[in-house]
Amino acid sequence: MTQYVLRRLLIAIPSLLGISVILFTVLALAPGDPFEELATNPAVPPDVRAALRASLGLDDPVHVRYFNWLFAMLRGDWGYSFVSRIDVDDLILQRLPTTLIVIGSSQILALMIALPVGVYAATRPYSIFDQIANTLAFIGFSLPTFFTGILFILFFSIYLDWLPFVYRSDIPGSGLPWFWEHVKQSIMPIAVLGLFQGAAWTRFVRSAVLDVIRLDYVTTARAKGLAERVITIKHVMRNALIPVVTLVALSMPAVFGGAIVTEQIFRVPGIGSLLITAILANDTPVIMAVTFVVSILVILFNLLADVLYGWLDPRISYR
Amino acid sequence: MTEGMTAERDTGAAATARRLLEIANLKVHFRTDDGWVRAVDGVSLGVDRGETLGVVGESGCGKTVTAMTVLKLIAMPPGKIVDGTIHWQGRDIVPLTPAEMRSIRSKEIGIVFQEPMTSLNPVYTVGEQIAETLRLHEGLGKRAAMDRAAEMLKLVHIPNPSRRVNDYPHQFSGGMRQRVMIAMALSCSPKLLIADEPTTALDVTIQAQILEIMVEMKERLGMAVMLITHAMGVVAETAQRVVVMYAGKVAEEAPVGELFANPRHPYTQGLIRSIPRIDTAATHKVRLEAIPGSVPSLLDPPKGCRFAARCRFVMPECLDAQPPLREVSPGHKVACIL
Ligand SMILES: Nc1ncnc2c1ncn2[C@@H]1O[C@H](COP(=O)(O)OP(=O)(O)OP(=O)(O)O)[C@@H](O)[C@H]1O
Ligand code: SF4
Ligand SMILES: [Mg+2]
Repeated sequence: MTQYVLRRLLIAIPSLLGISVILFTVLALAPGDPFEELATNPAVPPDVRAALRASLGLDDPVHVRYFNWLFAMLRGDWGYSFVSRIDVDDLILQRLPTTLIVIGSSQILALMIALPVGVYAATRPYSIFDQIANTLAFIGFSLPTFFTGILFILFFSIYLDWLPFVYRSDIPGSGLPWFWEHVKQSIMPIAVLGLFQGAAWTRFVRSAVLDVIRLDYVTTARAKGLAERVITIKHVMRNALIPVVTLVALSMPAVFGGAIVTEQIFRVPGIGSLLITAILANDTPVIMAVTFVVSILVILFNLLADVLYGWLDPRISYR
Repeated sequence: MTEGMTAERDTGAAATARRLLEIANLKVHFRTDDGWVRAVDGVSLGVDRGETLGVVGESGCGKTVTAMTVLKLIAMPPGKIVDGTIHWQGRDIVPLTPAEMRSIRSKEIGIVFQEPMTSLNPVYTVGEQIAETLRLHEGLGKRAAMDRAAEMLKLVHIPNPSRRVNDYPHQFSGGMRQRVMIAMALSCSPKLLIADEPTTALDVTIQAQILEIMVEMKERLGMAVMLITHAMGVVAETAQRVVVMYAGKVAEEAPVGELFANPRHPYTQGLIRSIPRIDTAATHKVRLEAIPGSVPSLLDPPKGCRFAARCRFVMPECLDAQPPLREVSPGHKVACIL
């Protein structure tokens, strides 16, 4: 098992290298660089500009720049943001916790909706409950987060004036009131992300449970004289969980992608908004670092999906 | 083979006490988009203590539905018990609550299904799955239940039982899994074992072994068996009495010797003719489709005899009304006007 994980991590290295090459090349080929503004600024003499570019290695050929970046990266030097003028790793460490808290809570919310609703609906297919749950899940799944996000802001912030619609990381004060302010400003982004994901997963949980519920071993469990509740939890859910856990782990990359949009709507100073600003400003080191961190997360979640899958299903063995 | 015949004849209290299961005029229908499928449409049959009743009939005639209804394992909806009674040890179980049914399942009536490959839960060890029944009905602790599970595996001749209890179903072959299913069904010493085509999905050589184990367990535990099968040969070898089903109804019922010596229903005659030789048939998987024609639709069955479309002796009267099951000799009943 440990060996399997280690081997998977080793296999991940070439993938990460490949990703970084592609990213780097694409960014290098893209028009514009962070010194464009400088170039059009008549106050900066041309020779100063050229010296600056040379010192940052911006005019070197792509492959030289790539290897410079790679070796710096391996040494733990993630580079320096052209725009914010601070180290990229500091920048990421500043932004990542916010994103992780918002994403983490929203995914927990999603599971807390999807698991009970999906299972309950599947055990009573075509009942009123099932039909209502299905309809709501369909609506929730069809509405894009930017739409629900704006709807939430209009209703809860503008109309009711209950919740702030701009996320602030620099809330003054401490203790309970400070914490409460943080909770209040997180409610909407978490709810928007969580409800969307919850709707998608409810449909998946329902169909996973429906797949299991008609299998022979469930009839065997019933023939033993077990109560329905025990059958559902011990025999049905335990098996339906296998595809669900895999899906949840594998959908994390998409969740990060979705979080970028939500962070923009609610101005959450997370890693998503960092990426967007960096892209708009052609801030290559930040773009590289953020995409790289996300790639690592994707690979880790893929590995986690496989490990969990094998742990839940005794038919899988690691070799 | 004559013991079944004599047993059938005494009347009164003794006979009722011997009757474990008495199904009378059972009708189980399924709601579908096309209408109600009358899967079981007036079936009557009984099982005595300690006997083996063979139930035969071709695919789709309602054997499984009848068996599952005895334990109320039919999904309702779409299924519905439209009519009839099922007396278990003198008590009608049709009106019983789900909780009352649960105390009968496995504790008093065990069941083994056709598909050993899919009947066990893949995520629990076979020991855990047998122990689950024991802990539920016998109130055993975790440890004691696992020990008993190993003993049960030993009884069904699984080599190395104390080690094998900790294996998962995918580590067993089909035949071995069916042994596990039998061990599980018999773990609480039920009075009746319903075996729904327990060997159909298995290899020919394995089939005989499984039947042997069932016969051995029956002797050891003194239980009754309701053996559902396609194979007339299996019935000839293991059953004392036989019920032949056709299109949701009982066509004929007789002690096994009488049925083979003197089949009265044209359908039964066809079935028996489809066996090459009775004494070797147990090892041959004889399919019953040998009779030309096909089963009538259960959505809208014909008014008269359901076998009429395939019957060599069909007469105009046969098409008017369903011939009732009548006794032609002691213990021998047939639903045919001949
Ligand atoms: N859930 C259901 N919905 C609709 N029809 C059903 C359902 N279950 C069974 N039936 C119908 O009931 C009839 C009897 O089925 P059953 O499974 O009892 O046959 P069987 O005698 O056991 O056949 P086999 O030998 O193939 O196992 C079939 O025609 C089948 O289509
Ligand atoms: S009742 Fe008529 S059609 Fe039916 S089996 Fe007897 S002879 Fe044939
Ligand atoms: Mg069947």
